[in-house]
Amino acid sequence: MNRKERKLVITTTILAVAWGIAPRVNAMHIMEGYLPAGACVAWGVLCLPVVTAGFFTVRRRIRDERKSITLLAMAGAFIFVISSLKIPSVTGSCSHMTGTGLGAILFGPSVVSILGIIVLIFQAVLLAHGGLTSLGANAFSMAIAGPALTWLVYTVCTKCRLRKRVSVFLAAALGDLFTYCVTSVQLALAFPDAEGGAALSAVKFLGVFAPTQLPLAVIEGMLTVLIVIGLEVYAQPELRALEGKCTGEKGEAK
Amino acid sequence: MSRNKKTAAALLMVTILMIVIPVVALKGAAFGGSDDAGSVMAKEIAGVYEPWFTPVLETVIGGEVPGELESLLFCIQTGIGVGVIAFCMGRMVERKKWTDERGGRASIMNKELTDDRCRDHNFSHTG
Repeated sequence: MNRKERKLVITTTILAVAWGIAPRVNAMHIMEGYLPAGACVAWGVLCLPVVTAGFFTVRRRIRDERKSITLLAMAGAFIFVISSLKIPSVTGSCSHMTGTGLGAILFGPSVVSILGIIVLIFQAVLLAHGGLTSLGANAFSMAIAGPALTWLVYTVCTKCRLRKRVSVFLAAALGDLFTYCVTSVQLALAFPDAEGGAALSAVKFLGVFAPTQLPLAVIEGMLTVLIVIGLEVYAQPELRALEGKCTGEKGEAK
Repeated sequence: MSRNKKTAAALLMVTILMIVIPVVALKGAAFGGSDDAGSVMAKEIAGVYEPWFTPVLETVIGGEVPGELESLLFCIQTGIGVGVIAFCMGRMVERKKWTDERGGRASIMNKELTDDRCRDHNFSHTG
């Protein structure tokens, strides 16, 4: 990152931290108009630093590393496909997966935030699914928190020398579940229970989402492993270029 | 069948089973969206809650998006995604075929070349 970019990222971070502290945030896809305006803005501002950092990373990747465009496009397309499929679950209701795992494993969480937001805007405008007012909150849960956990789990698993496919599965599945945990908390903050407060209503919302989402998280893990196998077989040059690039960048940062 | 193919087939089978079994096992379940269940829960906790903002498209067409149109839009989303993945994957598969072929031929040629060089080298030694 050059100086101007770093400045922008830091500014947005400060903005986000300030927002996080200042107002009590009285607040899966959260439906349009279901979050108080303050919470909408607060979650949106919280997303800004990650999105800005993601934007610069994507721009640099596209400029310097033409090869990774293919993988970037595929990671985005994977989110498009996976998050459009509503899958029946054991509880008798439908939910959908996030599909952000692949991008997070390949590119890290900041890049996925860009891809995820594109999908969320598409769904909010055309599908009345999620919403423009709740875009910030949804982006935070689906495009930032989930992928961040995925990336973390994947890194830890690789450090522990787990087999790659096992790590991919665990990372993608847990990231999907975490997305819905964050959504529950967001809803709980917006709708605290009259007696038990936000904590109790968080448990209530989790009760709605978690049983439905658990099998879907497993499915998402398996589908992510599937596409990773495909990429390992057919996209070796791109993957190698990507790995080289990542370690190169880390070296610079230090 | 290679190991990769076996794994892929097994994963696909399990995925399909996991989707089909709930549908068959839970007869008469509504299979509504859990996003909606979330907002029902919100109403339950907060009492009456009026969403303060209606989705853009509903404002434009002045009412709820008809179910068929909604499924059309969802299909467009899936279609875009599948198109991109299939296009990229197809290119990569073809490319691998080409580079494998060319690589195979190149390595044979390389081997001949080094064999020649070795021979020359040996000759010069003995000579």
